Amino acid sequence: MLTKKDIDNLADLARIDLTEEEKTKLQKDMESILGYVSELQEAPSVTENHQPDQYYLKNVMREDDVPNESGADSEKILEEAPKRRDNLFVVKKILDN
Amino acid sequence: MKLTKEELDKLTIKTAHEALVRGDFTAVDLAESYLAVIKEKNDKLNVYLEVFDDVREQAAEADRRLRKSENVDILTGIPLAIKDNILIEGRKCSSASKMLENYTATYDATVIKKLKERGVIFLGRTNMDEFAMGGSTENSAFGPTKNPHDETRVSGGSSGGSAAAVGGGLALAALGSDTGGSIRQPSSFCGTFGLKPTYGTVSRYGVMAMASSLDQIGPIAKTVEDAEIIFDAIRGADGYDSNAFDLPKYSATPTKLKIGVPYAFLNGGGVDSVVLDSFNDLVEKLKKNGHTVEEVSMPNLHYSLACYYVLMPAEVSTNMARFDGVRYGLHLDGQNVIDDYKKTRAAGFGKEVRRRIMLGTYVLSAGYYDAYYNKANQVRELIRSDYENVFNQYDVIITPTAPSPAFPIGKNTSDPLQMYLEDIFTVPVNLAGVPAMNVPIGFTNSSETAPKGLPLGVQVTAPHRREDILFVFGRVVENLK
Repeated sequence: MLTKKDIDNLADLARIDLTEEEKTKLQKDMESILGYVSELQEAPSVTENHQPDQYYLKNVMREDDVPNESGADSEKILEEAPKRRDNLFVVKKILDN
Repeated sequence: MKLTKEELDKLTIKTAHEALVRGDFTAVDLAESYLAVIKEKNDKLNVYLEVFDDVREQAAEADRRLRKSENVDILTGIPLAIKDNILIEGRKCSSASKMLENYTATYDATVIKKLKERGVIFLGRTNMDEFAMGGSTENSAFGPTKNPHDETRVSGGSSGGSAAAVGGGLALAALGSDTGGSIRQPSSFCGTFGLKPTYGTVSRYGVMAMASSLDQIGPIAKTVEDAEIIFDAIRGADGYDSNAFDLPKYSATPTKLKIGVPYAFLNGGGVDSVVLDSFNDLVEKLKKNGHTVEEVSMPNLHYSLACYYVLMPAEVSTNMARFDGVRYGLHLDGQNVIDDYKKTRAAGFGKEVRRRIMLGTYVLSAGYYDAYYNKANQVRELIRSDYENVFNQYDVIITPTAPSPAFPIGKNTSDPLQMYLEDIFTVPVNLAGVPAMNVPIGFTNSSETAPKGLPLGVQVTAPHRREDILFVFGRVVENLK
């Protein structure tokens, strides 16, 4: 069961302002969806000797180098910034005085 | 010389290419003919969010190449529509979201780069469910795309604009993206071939990520051959997408197919009788033509939707975190930096996107992670095993693509779960990572549940990296008609 407080917490974690009306609707929708997906609990578990198929997702590693020429795209990218100063994105200060 | 609508309808990529090379018409003629159809139909159907203002210039450049026989490819001068979540440098790309309404792409997606080299004409960017989240295009921030076969009905989604563009004659072919059915289901609703390639066959560099373990780009086209031509043009390894690989040479492609049908899953309820009847008719025809069709057991398939609606929102909530109003897109001012995020994301994201972010945040949160996310990953492995077992004995699996023909606009908008059930046949394929394609199999006759003339489709699924068998199946069905 999802409480009103759960919805408040999730909205806070997800960084989304929600109206009271929307929170009520979301509480109902999410309960119905979570009710549906809870059938997963009835699914069998994978056995200990289960082998993932050969195409199963795996991590692909690469060298930690710079694939693009440094600075080549900076101007294009910064042009899309809502607020910029010179070569910087501008955000509000994150530490209180 | 302008082509008539009838002439455009008959055109395929190959016949258009031959006519361009012979000089029957020019790339500018072809592009202008499509622009005329777009002008006539787009206001009504809402297929394109933007028709590019330089289509004639692009076509003139293709004509120059064609005249000089310089770098001429089968796609040179061919007009395509591009889903609005695939970046084309210097052009707007919004994912049908208020968040990116004024965003201009800073680079070309790999698929776009490949198509540009071949001299493709980009007609415009097509409507979609916001950030590809939805099955009807009703979640677009810019209004739904209407079905070209019945304007009171949806075009499907999330690549509804791309499928309606091809199905309605507003483009010769299109690109879409598919996370849980977003190429195949709208293709089923609009009567087009729609291919979701094997996970990793096509580079996703430059397509906006939704659920990264599931996303693929693929073609939407009028014929199997067209789909194959575009697929061959866009696939391949790419240094910018570590999942992308080169397809090996296919081993011998079968001609008479061994086809499996998971009837227990099909008859689990919720499938329109019009859909089941047309599917059963197709099975009979396939048998008469010498193919084997047998029931197969896939006992974990019915957990797919539950599995998907845990994993997908989890990945969505992660991928959507990048929209913070700092680096690009919408920005709203609040009291402090956290408040900036909250206001920006509330104003920028539509209802369904917010719902999925909230769900994803929930299933990934402490205390629920094991019960939902970990369990879903385990079930995903079981579903993959179901496919592996069937493909040990069968060439392909077939099911309907969608449980109903195109539904009326507004029918499922108030109940998200009802909308999610639309994905029942398409979602398992993404979980398994295998390739699948919608193949049109005709139109509805009038019945209690559907009027006459709505397209119907069958979904054919093949083993990993065996798109060649999908194309064989597609041609078999094309020739049944």
